[in-house]
Amino acid sequence: MIDFTLTTEQEELRRTVERFARETVAPVIGDLYERGEFPYDIVAAMGKMGLFGLPFPEEHGGMGGDYFALCLALEELARVDSSVAITLEAGVSLGAMPIHRFGSDEQKARWLPVLTSGERLAAFGLTEPGGGSDVPGGMRTTARLDGDMWVVNGSKSFITNSGTDITAFVTVTAFTGDGEISTIIVPNGTPGFTVGKKYSKVGWSASDTRELSFEDVRVPAENLVGERGRGYAQFLRILDEGRIAIAALSVGLAQGCVDECLRYVREREAFGREIGRYQAIQFKIADMETRAHTARLAYYAAAARLLAGEPFKKEAAIAKLVASNAAMDNARDATQVFGGYGFMNEYAVGRFYRDAKILEVGEGTSEVQRMLIARALGLPPA
Amino acid sequence: MNIVVLVKQVPDTESPRKLKSDDSTLDRAAADGVINELDEYAIEEALKIKEAHGGEVTVLTMGPAKATDSIRKALAMGADKAVHLVDDGLAGSDALQTSYAIQQALGRTGFDIVILGSESTDARTGVLAAMLSERLGVPQITLANKVEIDGSAIKAQRVTDYGYDRVEATLPAVVSVVEKINEPRYPSFKGIMAAKKKPVETLGLGDAGIDAAQVGLANAATEVVDFADAPARAQGQIVTDEGDGGAKIAEFLASKKFV
Ligand SMILES: Cc1cc2nc3c(=O)[nH]c(=O)nc-3n(C[C@@H](O)[C@H](O)[C@H](O)COP(=O)(O)OP(=O)(O)OC[C@H]3O[C@@H](n4cnc5c(N)ncnc54)[C@H](O)[C@@H]3O)c2cc1C
Ligand SMILES: Cc1cc2nc3c(=O)[nH]c(=O)nc-3n(C[C@H](O)[C@H](O)[C@H](O)COP(=O)(O)OP(=O)(O)OC[C@H]3O[C@@H](n4cnc5c(N)ncnc54)[C@H](O)[C@@H]3O)c2cc1C
Repeated sequence: MIDFTLTTEQEELRRTVERFARETVAPVIGDLYERGEFPYDIVAAMGKMGLFGLPFPEEHGGMGGDYFALCLALEELARVDSSVAITLEAGVSLGAMPIHRFGSDEQKARWLPVLTSGERLAAFGLTEPGGGSDVPGGMRTTARLDGDMWVVNGSKSFITNSGTDITAFVTVTAFTGDGEISTIIVPNGTPGFTVGKKYSKVGWSASDTRELSFEDVRVPAENLVGERGRGYAQFLRILDEGRIAIAALSVGLAQGCVDECLRYVREREAFGREIGRYQAIQFKIADMETRAHTARLAYYAAAARLLAGEPFKKEAAIAKLVASNAAMDNARDATQVFGGYGFMNEYAVGRFYRDAKILEVGEGTSEVQRMLIARALGLPPA
Repeated sequence: MNIVVLVKQVPDTESPRKLKSDDSTLDRAAADGVINELDEYAIEEALKIKEAHGGEVTVLTMGPAKATDSIRKALAMGADKAVHLVDDGLAGSDALQTSYAIQQALGRTGFDIVILGSESTDARTGVLAAMLSERLGVPQITLANKVEIDGSAIKAQRVTDYGYDRVEATLPAVVSVVEKINEPRYPSFKGIMAAKKKPVETLGLGDAGIDAAQVGLANAATEVVDFADAPARAQGQIVTDEGDGGAKIAEFLASKKFV
């Protein structure tokens, strides 16, 4: 029961992605980040390696791996850069996963091959201007069946991967009746569907995040994902899993902070010696490693339950809470260790600092995680 | 097409490398083993030839049991099967003996083309391609940065100090490659999983028909007489620009044959 060692194959995957991140992502990401450019070449290379197909079956072009394999890849990418990691996370776990989990055979056959190969990306349109934590409460988007067409009206905020040159579609969560929520595929380019310009973000600057609006957008009835009225259960499932992925990504950032500091404290001198000789610095790094390690155990444990088919909601919430805290704390400590250089964009830790904050917000805020944990403990809702 | 690619496991150049004081051989246990860098290009080229012309890619490695890590990685990249030449009697073999042992193993696999790196990062003799083609009695094309196969003809471009040569030979042949030839792929997870199920044949001296008296440290034609740690890196040369900085840098680069 107690075994946290990776199999030979998992370790090989981890090492392959580690090397890819070091050789292919690290040399170019600083510039892309600075210019706010989407990393098309990196995405294409990740596609070739099969990273977008990791948790999907081979019959749809997948790699025949599982969700944990995806998490390992996300952790290794985020050790070097989070814009790239979130692009993969959103592409796989928010974009392709709803089709894989809930889609019809036709939808799977049509979309999964191009999504699992990384040639195209799909986006997950849940959050709205009126609120992300309280989704039914803040949601206004509607889809009305008119003959054999859905007519979609409304808007969505902060949607990752929704406006790239290779985005195929957005799955839109909408009211399809009184208190009835469903998920509908809206292909990019459909008349009335407007993709807004990129937000200017504090972090994740090389990733694509946009506001979307829908004005009498007509798509065929068969674009409904799964059953009508199942939209709520669907996005809860996607978000529960997604939290494990975001936890893995957060652990990567937290570990990346340790990596960077270990290098720097051996080079930088102050008062006649390497700063790595000062206990105040060593303790900071020891604390950083401790946070990364415990957060990793938390996401491994949540992933183990997911793969075993056991309930994992609470464990996923704990993993996300612990790991996003670890990422924030480590980013703050790492920039401190780097002194003034930590405040410079050209240093990875500066990038980590800007990228860490969103981890406490995206795919459920830390408050929402605490709510989920409290509910799992039997405490009543407000 | 029967394509054999030679893969050597070497100590990771990113970890410190040391010779053992007792027998002057490399302390292979001390460093992580990885595929010799140029051999990744050899594997990629083998896979490309297979993709274009069909056939099968066999990985051939001579090395200790630990070298299976590198074999598995080569299989994960897409090679079909592997032959692992492993025997205590081979330990400490020099380049001459290695070429003999590999020749014997090739007798079992057969080949239309043998592809290998142009040199290893640990021993760096860069002689294996030449020794092997001589032993096998087939043409050698060394330092190739471009290879084209047309029926039984192989055309290649080989890099030289002054540019490149265009050469042509008939198969079977031995080809050593440089890193400009391609960009090695990263193994996919599917490849990693599939590698588990691919056949790896392990050969000892007897299986490969290798004469024990011709291999191993005791029978080596060469001997390491002495060794010392590499000197600490000397301070770099600082060029002060007095209007002729560019020329001085060009001069320096030319003296090192970088340009
Ligand atoms: C520090 C040190 C000193 C040495 N000194 C000598 C010496 O003085 N004289 C001497 O003859 N040998 C010496 N060796 C010998 C030696 O064991 C070589 O590693 C071996 O003979 C192969 O030569 P190479 O790696 O230099 O081949 P290279 O010709 O540099 O390698 C070219 C290619 O051959 C292939 N290849 C090489 N070895 C293998 C293998 N085992 N299995 C599969 N493919 C392979 C690879 O594709 C490689 O890219 C020394 C080794 C070390 C580590
Ligand atoms: C870069 C980026 C990418 C994103 N990508 C996507 C995407 O691809 N798809 C998508 O659908 N969404 C996406 N989002 C949206 C994200 O999931 C939401 O921002 C998040 O869920 C929070 O929603 P909100 O911003 O509306 O905050 P609100 O829900 O308005 O929350 C505001 C604050 O109130 C707190 N709060 C709310 N309710 C309670 C309560 N009951 N008790 C205590 N505190 C409470 C929250 O924790 C938070 O601190 C993305 C966001 C960003 C910034």
